[in-house]
Amino acid sequence: MTRIWPIMAIQNRPTHMGGHQEEVNMKKSLFLGALTAAGLAATGVAAQTLDEVKARGKLNCGVTTGVPGFAEPDANGVWQGFDVAVCRAVAAAVLSDPTAVEFVPTTGKTRFTALASGEIDMLARNTTWTFSRDVDLKFEFTGVNYYDGQGFMVPKELGVSSATELDGATVCIQTGTTTELNLADFFRSNNMSYEPVPIETGAEAVQQYNAGACDVYTTDRSALAAQRANFETPGDHVILPEVVSKEPLGPLVRHGDNEWADIVRWTLNALITAEELGVTSVNLAEMAGGSNNPEINRLLGTEGDLGGMLGLDADWAERAIGVSGNYGEVFEKNIGESTPIGLARGLNAQYYDGGLIYSPPFR
Amino acid sequence: MTTMTDHVAEAPSGSFKLSMLLNDTRYRSLTFQFIALVAIIAFMAFVGGNLVRNLAEAGLNISYAFLGEPAGYDINQRPIEYDSQSSHGRAALVGLINTLIVAFLACITATIFGVIAGVLRLSNNWIVSKLMSFYVEIFRNVPVLIWILIIFSVMINAMPAPRDFRGDDATSSMLFDLFAFTNRGVFAPAPQFTNSFAATAESGPTSTGLDWLLVVGALVLSFFVARAIGSWATAKQEATGDRPTTWYLTLAAWLLPVVLVCMFLGLTWNVPALKGFNFQGGMQVRGSLIALWFALAIYTGAFIAENVRAGILAISKGQTEAAAALGIRPGRIMSLVILPQALRVIIPPLISQYLNITKNSSLAIAVGYMDVTGTLGGITLLQTGRAIETILLLMLFYLTISLLISFFMNIFNNRMKLKER
Repeated sequence: MTRIWPIMAIQNRPTHMGGHQEEVNMKKSLFLGALTAAGLAATGVAAQTLDEVKARGKLNCGVTTGVPGFAEPDANGVWQGFDVAVCRAVAAAVLSDPTAVEFVPTTGKTRFTALASGEIDMLARNTTWTFSRDVDLKFEFTGVNYYDGQGFMVPKELGVSSATELDGATVCIQTGTTTELNLADFFRSNNMSYEPVPIETGAEAVQQYNAGACDVYTTDRSALAAQRANFETPGDHVILPEVVSKEPLGPLVRHGDNEWADIVRWTLNALITAEELGVTSVNLAEMAGGSNNPEINRLLGTEGDLGGMLGLDADWAERAIGVSGNYGEVFEKNIGESTPIGLARGLNAQYYDGGLIYSPPFR
Repeated sequence: MTTMTDHVAEAPSGSFKLSMLLNDTRYRSLTFQFIALVAIIAFMAFVGGNLVRNLAEAGLNISYAFLGEPAGYDINQRPIEYDSQSSHGRAALVGLINTLIVAFLACITATIFGVIAGVLRLSNNWIVSKLMSFYVEIFRNVPVLIWILIIFSVMINAMPAPRDFRGDDATSSMLFDLFAFTNRGVFAPAPQFTNSFAATAESGPTSTGLDWLLVVGALVLSFFVARAIGSWATAKQEATGDRPTTWYLTLAAWLLPVVLVCMFLGLTWNVPALKGFNFQGGMQVRGSLIALWFALAIYTGAFIAENVRAGILAISKGQTEAAAALGIRPGRIMSLVILPQALRVIIPPLISQYLNITKNSSLAIAVGYMDVTGTLGGITLLQTGRAIETILLLMLFYLTISLLISFFMNIFNNRMKLKER
């Protein structure tokens, strides 16, 4: 909580609630880079992740230690959530069994080590795709399953409908994160003043926000929504439409095993393409019997041999979609507007609906 | 007898041998001091060289260039002009001033708490003395960080939010319509001047450092006039045995110059009012400052109370009895006889307590008070990744502040010391 030994704080610093926005400063990245190299050396350049997973009969998937809606065990101890669905889809495509997943909870600090050392086969955990993680830490981001960004939450009674009305507000913020810089830039560029209340952790920030010590709480929008879902009366708080930073979140794998990276990448793309083509969990069986649309036929394996090219069988995508439906269905079920998290599609709508979700063609 | 001592002190006239460095008591201590010095220098050189080499290997270098770059973050309590485009160096300066503010306030308050509690702990009244030992034992035996957090969360949750002051059915109201006590801090009227040196035709009432300099100048004048009145009264008392009544003269000496300066500057009060999200105008003492200040004061006050008690107990009971035999009242015995002598015992440990307050103020980040550890050692460090540079600079800051406090307190101590002539 306090920084009695500040040098240690660089590496021990509590990360964001979602855990996906802390800065990878140079020291940390060097440290992790070295770990990565060590991990790769230890396991050899694991070009056979697919074979290993098949031999093991289980997919080891790294997830968060618990963010409502994204990855959290339910009352029966079964992992549920938006990120969990990606793990299950990959398991279904590769092992024909969506339950053949060993979920490995990781923290903001342990996640990269776990992936680099081969403890997990893939990481599906609110991780922002950044240059240094991709290049310096030697990971392969296989796509974006959630476009996040820094947002603002205010109590409804304030009657604020836009962040541009926040002139003079008191803002709770986690100190030492990029959110602090984004916040300063946003208010400066809109020519507004504010009073920052710097706070060490997300839990303390929520406490102060609920006590009315600040008018606004700012962090990643998905984290705001998840934390709001745990409030006594979530309906009394509103997340403002403005997004003031880019936080693309997606699954990632180790550098060096391109076959395995392809499988994860195209499983995610299959879910996205299924939504685009109108393939849902309801009509999946019917579509798999063949349709007039050649792309649907290629996706579901009734035409061409895309599955064989990946080293899988022809029905891989059908099984992946069959777990909990297409991308849109997964979104609605876990974090959509009908859930307590209540996130709108926004940037995560399909490109033809004005969003950024866009899969390369299955061809 | 004299020949004996002369003989021992006289150096053997023989030639110097290398073994004498170890075996001869005259050289031995010098030898060991020299070895220790060389060892320390070698160790520092090794550590420093190691640091430089490792940094070079990691592709890093020691550079303070970041101090000139824009900080990019905002600070809520800004005693000097600062915004997010100001440099990291200026952010550090803002933090440093904030550290000094809270340390100064806490030192004064802790001294007041400590003296009161220390004197009352020796009271003959059983309840009062037990209450004071309760205070001392409770507060000095719980870590100061816990006190900071307790006071802060009590403030946050017990005080009304600014929105409770809003509307016709407001649950809270301002004290005399001047002060607002909220969980974001205390809002009070701020003095402003219509004829301020910074005022232009359209700027309205404002205030600058120059105005305040004038006010402080008036107070300094008052101080010397009041002292002159006091010594005049003393001289008169010594000459005639009667002390003239001077309280109205002293009061006038304190009030008149300040009132005149304020009239000249055109004093008005900027009263805080609920506007938008929060109280605007007036001055705000933030909750983080209050929590940190109060926690440091009440915690260190418990230690000072013990110092004061020790100082008083060090004065012989005969002093009290002699003063009482002369017919001096108990309150005056304490202030005229006991405390002046006790100060000699109290001041040296008091210096350590002031240093403790200054260093403990680095716990400020627990409540989000932006002291120098929060700005330079916190946000700047994390945003620039320059850990070694910022920590070295922090050490320099705290060392300088602490040495300055020691320096001035030692001057004070020397003045209070028993003069042996």
